[in-house]
Amino acid sequence: MRRATLISVPYIWLLALFLIPFLVVFKISLSDIALAIPPYTPTMRDGFWNMLSQLDFENFVFLTEDDLYWKAYLSSLQIALISTVLTLIVGYPMAYAMARAPDQWRPTLLMLVILPFWTSFLIRVYAWVGILSNEGFLNQFLLWIGVIGEPLTILNTNTAVYIGIVYTYLPFMILPIYSALDRLDGSLIEAAEDLGCSRLKAFWLVTIPLSKNGIIAGCFLVFIPALGEFVIPSLLGGSSTLMIGKVLFEEFFSNRDWPVASAVAVILLLILIVPIVLFQRNEQRQAEAET
Amino acid sequence: MAETVFAPWDVPTAEPIIRFRNVTKRFGTFVAIDDLTLDIYPQEFFALLGPSGCGKTTMMRMLAGFENPTEGFIELAGKDIAGVPANKRAVNMMFQSYALFPHLSIWDNIAFGLRRETSDKAAISARVEEMLKLTRLEKLARRKPHQISGGQRQRVALARSLAKAPKLLLLDEPLGALDAKLREATQFELMDIQEKTGTTFVIVTHDQEEAMTVASRIAVMDEGRIMQVATPDRIYEAPASVYVADFIGDVNILTGTVTATGADTYALTWKEGAAPVTAVSETTFAEGQQAHLAVRPEKVAIHTTKPDDVDNLLEGKVLDIAYLGNLSTYHVELPGGQIIKAQTANTRRLSRRSITWEDPVWVGWTKTAGVLLGA
Repeated sequence: MRRATLISVPYIWLLALFLIPFLVVFKISLSDIALAIPPYTPTMRDGFWNMLSQLDFENFVFLTEDDLYWKAYLSSLQIALISTVLTLIVGYPMAYAMARAPDQWRPTLLMLVILPFWTSFLIRVYAWVGILSNEGFLNQFLLWIGVIGEPLTILNTNTAVYIGIVYTYLPFMILPIYSALDRLDGSLIEAAEDLGCSRLKAFWLVTIPLSKNGIIAGCFLVFIPALGEFVIPSLLGGSSTLMIGKVLFEEFFSNRDWPVASAVAVILLLILIVPIVLFQRNEQRQAEAET
Repeated sequence: MAETVFAPWDVPTAEPIIRFRNVTKRFGTFVAIDDLTLDIYPQEFFALLGPSGCGKTTMMRMLAGFENPTEGFIELAGKDIAGVPANKRAVNMMFQSYALFPHLSIWDNIAFGLRRETSDKAAISARVEEMLKLTRLEKLARRKPHQISGGQRQRVALARSLAKAPKLLLLDEPLGALDAKLREATQFELMDIQEKTGTTFVIVTHDQEEAMTVASRIAVMDEGRIMQVATPDRIYEAPASVYVADFIGDVNILTGTVTATGADTYALTWKEGAAPVTAVSETTFAEGQQAHLAVRPEKVAIHTTKPDDVDNLLEGKVLDIAYLGNLSTYHVELPGGQIIKAQTANTRRLSRRSITWEDPVWVGWTKTAGVLLGA
């Protein structure tokens, strides 16, 4: 009985905070747009069975007809993938340096990684507008040292979006990799060298495979939220930056087309389920390997 | 069947495989190795023995190539190895933690070093199978290190470090993680494998029993210096200093001044008013020089009645008895408060033991039983 109660806690949590909201959104995605409050029809006021009979997949069909949507999905996937790789390239050396740092430095370095979270995410992304704009700090600095003759256009391009995503999600990449590298026994590297590996070869054959789980966890932690990212593309990206999060926002708030917006959200969720399941499996395997 | 005794260190023409020449290693201001000179010969099973922090691990790491000497040089087979990185040395190491790669199977762990030097799959496979056979691990080849026991892991580590047929194998506390029974079995296994492969082994240990069991010669170290290098029996029977005598096994030490009483024979006045003890010594001592007499407990006999014809005899009473099963160690307190340990084999049942606590007893030993040591 006590065991059942304990086990039920996460399930109730999942039911209340994921499954019920999802069903609500799913129901809206099957409804039609209406000039009413809420702005769709049918609702429970029409009676439960009556409401069910009026639901259809019209909005999903609409998503396949207008190429804006699948282009936005593809473009989001592309941006999320590229920025995940970039974050890994930036984050791995940082995590490696942290794990190799003297013991008394590590808490400080960890603190520095987490520190940006103490200010609002929105403010930090806005700050990048000030850095990346044509008159921004970056351009002024580059002009001043004479590297460029005229300002670079970075803001309102995909480059700015990549910079924003890498900056924002870097800690999510660093922390799991750091924790994997931190557990790595230094004598394994020495053993690899003793058996004939160069430093680089030992890194490739021992360090990378043994931090694999950290790399996978970090990549998912960046990829999953980056895919649905809305704030960064809308603040830093240009009109040509197409991301599904932005489309979703516009459907909801500019067009007030809740049913289509819900359909977009449902599809996004279905796309995300694949990496989430893979992520879960990785975590599980890691837990098994440790026992 | 007369077999020639393996003792290349006594042969003046023998070429050592390793030469330490005036090697000093400093970490900042800390001197880990202090002006150390040492020769190790091919096919030796050489033990570095000492308390933790004596520099034995530093010596091993210098041989493996993880540290370089601050001063002096180390030769391996006649070549100075300073500056040769670990991955280019014909030396392999078995790590204390075994350092098995957790992401690789036993088979791949053993093949790891071989793959670095050749891409000949058949040769690698043949060598790995040979190593698996040598260490009796054939059935576990496909397992991962976390799926096997500690003793098996130890054998994998040994197989991996032997796979490349190194000139020299370094073993860093190889049996430290094993329980007593398994350790003893593994010690003999190690000696067996060493004999089969003919590889020179250098073992680092703080366990004197282990060093005595496996090694052809032992170097006793303290604070970065070698106190004595000798065969196990010499180390035990003829320690060069009080430190070595005290470090290896149990010992009684009487300190006093010596007077010569005959050729090679000295009397040691160890206490005012007490009869001096006599001892035979090969080294000569000056008249009145301070010296220590070291006598092993098993060479001290304990008597309930005063015996005749014993070179040295002291009277006291039994303070403590340590019963070890096969042996008993009696702690006999002399009138001055000094304690002499005497050990006897328990050849009779305990219930028939004639000595008990507080009994007045005599302890005695012959004049050749002890070693007279300088200050």
